[in-house]
Amino acid sequence: MLVKLKILRFDPDNDKAPHFQNYEADVEPTDRVLDALNAVRWYQDGSLAYRSSCAHGICGSDAMRINRTNRLACKTLIRQVAPNITLEPIRGFPVKRDLIVDLTGFFEQYRNVMPYLVNEDPMPTVERFQSPEDRAKYDDTTKCILCASCTTSCPIFWANTDYIGPAAIVSAHRFIFDSRDQAGGERLDILNSREGAWRCRTIFNCTDACPRDIKVTKAIQDVKRAIMSQKL
Amino acid sequence: MYHKYNAIIVGAGGAGLRAALQLSTVSDVAVLTKLYPTRSHTGTAQGGIGAALGNREEDHWEWHAFDTVKGSDYLGDQDAIDIMCRDAVEAVYDLEHMGLPFSRTPEGKIDQRRFGGHTKYEGKEPVMRSCYAADRTGHMILQTLYQQCVKNNVVFFNEYSVLDIIMSDGVCGGVIAMDIGTGELHIFHAKTVLFASGGFGKMYKVTSNAHALTGDGPAVLYRNGIPLEDMEFFQFHPTGIYKLGILITEGARGEGGILLNGTGERFMERYAPTIKDLAPRDMVSQAMHREIAEGRGVDGKDYLLLDLTHLGAEVIEEKLPDVTDFVRTYLGVDPVKEPIPVQPTAHYAMGGIPTDVDARVLADETGAVIPGLYAAGECACVSVHGANRLGTNSLVDIQVFGKRAGDHMARFVRESPLLELPSQPDAPARALLDKIWSANGGELAGAIRADLQQKMMDKASIFRDEASLKTMQEELAKLKDRYQRISLRYKGSKYNADLMETVELGYLLDLAEALVVSALARTESRGAHSRVDYPKRDDANWLKHTMAFRKDNGIELRYKPVKITRFEPKERKY
Repeated sequence: MLVKLKILRFDPDNDKAPHFQNYEADVEPTDRVLDALNAVRWYQDGSLAYRSSCAHGICGSDAMRINRTNRLACKTLIRQVAPNITLEPIRGFPVKRDLIVDLTGFFEQYRNVMPYLVNEDPMPTVERFQSPEDRAKYDDTTKCILCASCTTSCPIFWANTDYIGPAAIVSAHRFIFDSRDQAGGERLDILNSREGAWRCRTIFNCTDACPRDIKVTKAIQDVKRAIMSQKL
Repeated sequence: MYHKYNAIIVGAGGAGLRAALQLSTVSDVAVLTKLYPTRSHTGTAQGGIGAALGNREEDHWEWHAFDTVKGSDYLGDQDAIDIMCRDAVEAVYDLEHMGLPFSRTPEGKIDQRRFGGHTKYEGKEPVMRSCYAADRTGHMILQTLYQQCVKNNVVFFNEYSVLDIIMSDGVCGGVIAMDIGTGELHIFHAKTVLFASGGFGKMYKVTSNAHALTGDGPAVLYRNGIPLEDMEFFQFHPTGIYKLGILITEGARGEGGILLNGTGERFMERYAPTIKDLAPRDMVSQAMHREIAEGRGVDGKDYLLLDLTHLGAEVIEEKLPDVTDFVRTYLGVDPVKEPIPVQPTAHYAMGGIPTDVDARVLADETGAVIPGLYAAGECACVSVHGANRLGTNSLVDIQVFGKRAGDHMARFVRESPLLELPSQPDAPARALLDKIWSANGGELAGAIRADLQQKMMDKASIFRDEASLKTMQEELAKLKDRYQRISLRYKGSKYNADLMETVELGYLLDLAEALVVSALARTESRGAHSRVDYPKRDDANWLKHTMAFRKDNGIELRYKPVKITRFEPKERKY
């Protein structure tokens, strides 16, 4: 089927402002939006810039605004969005070119929450034990692929890019609720700061945007509750 | 721009990050990746990492080694396989200590599941050896290693593509890379370089491989005179999602899933009576190909069915959540209620850059080492996978040999001086790019790549013969000729995918040629290399590794013996 693609183009070196450019692509309804982008770049316009790699929703490269909602281009089928498909870069980070944004700030937010297991006890010679129930407490947030869909769908973040954002809170949650970790208190202190979890106004855009179906807003609420109970 | 490090690692998947971690406490180290580290293809591995922990039932690393040797169709080097299977146990505990969220047994240990070709008592019946985190094991490994690298302040150069190595008098002194975001060339001057850059499945049309998997590392070294080992052995994974090639883990069969042909028959009972659907991948893919060729595909088409429906919703949703999501998303099929249309998908290169057990790159068939140069993971060939890799062993490989690479590099860094930089070390990389910039024949990289992928699928995939390989050789000559006449349609410097994909296509063409020439010479069938005109394994003539050298007048093939210690080659039956 023929679809119309309206893609926001921008080259900061040469363009004064972003502008839409229209393309047509002949694709199957069961193809991915990424397939339509590839059809354009490979055969029509080699200048089009976007990221991609695994093409099945695991590597997290191709988050973009598809018909005004954050989605992965490789996990959105043509039939879900055809025949008119508008593609824009995710919002809140500087655009480097076309659909590619600068992720430096995103990974800084991530690094700020100590996104690694901290455990100073001597290592056992085998694995540390963890019950299936304890393992289940943080299962949802282990799924995060750092695609930035959640953070860049958040109106609070759009208005204030100092807000640490949902993705970093999800990464913190993954360790705070891991029974093997010993730095939960420090992470909760970080998230209790001015630009931390309290900025969240439970708008749920992040949850809607997550391509891994992580209950992002719930994870943020878990963190807020943990901060409160730690204070008490 | 000029940079200086003791150690440079090319590639931020499981092998590269494991090596970086090992180095990070004793040396400065920088990791170059053409993606972001968490986008590496290790993240898409699903079903588990094999290690004889014995958490669910009796197991021994020696059994794991036997299975790996047999799975390799006796082409794997047994000294290296012993190291891998023995160290696998510690590698899994290491990952757990780093925080990897493994699925757990009721008593809280790392849970394990069955996987293809992994058995107890040397082939009696399947064993639970694959340590897993649902069907996201690779994702968890990649995330965990990256987290630890963040903790240890490893330096990353994201979106840098390596174009060349710096060599002087047979010693490696760094790499030349392009910053994809700016188009600028960078010189990375280093005492040691590790290539951990992954595979090259993108030479095939139907593949589980990511867009990025274009064999950059092996191709760059091959162009610098380093041979490629055992390129004719390319694994097709039995269960790719029909047409898309997206992987459905062997763990689905490990949990009890079965393959059905168009008549509803569980056909693997005929091909591997003892372990059936859990036979190694080469055998299952070949059996599937036969079923389809003999008209027993579904509705006469080129696919078969993977049936999980008898496992029940709970097992499917809990143990296989991601593949369930893929099947629902891309096929609109619910695996809880319906069987899944599948076909074999190009998955894994057993061959690659020859190394010793410390990941040092070998210059030739005699085992001469290139000082300072290392390779690990799928881009390398130790060889622990021989003619066919067992499921879960790629993750074992990257952890064990990534760590060993890091250890050996640390020693090398301590003991060796920095190589003096040759004059204009980036001249060859500039020449490569200039040639692409200036070519003007109107050919499109995308069109040539699509032809390459289709033809490799038709002529050099699961089954080959002399005629198909010779045809492919001629086709490759034509494709390479067209490649000389490519025109870039975009001349900008920032994020020029047109340029990058053209460079990558050049790599794929070189590697496909090495694969085809190696396959044409090997007149036997072994593991994933199945010659219709030579259907039997021929140990008398072919129990040896191929080494393909790129020369001015074509490819020169040399051979080296397989290291056999405890297991004498036997007929391979399951």
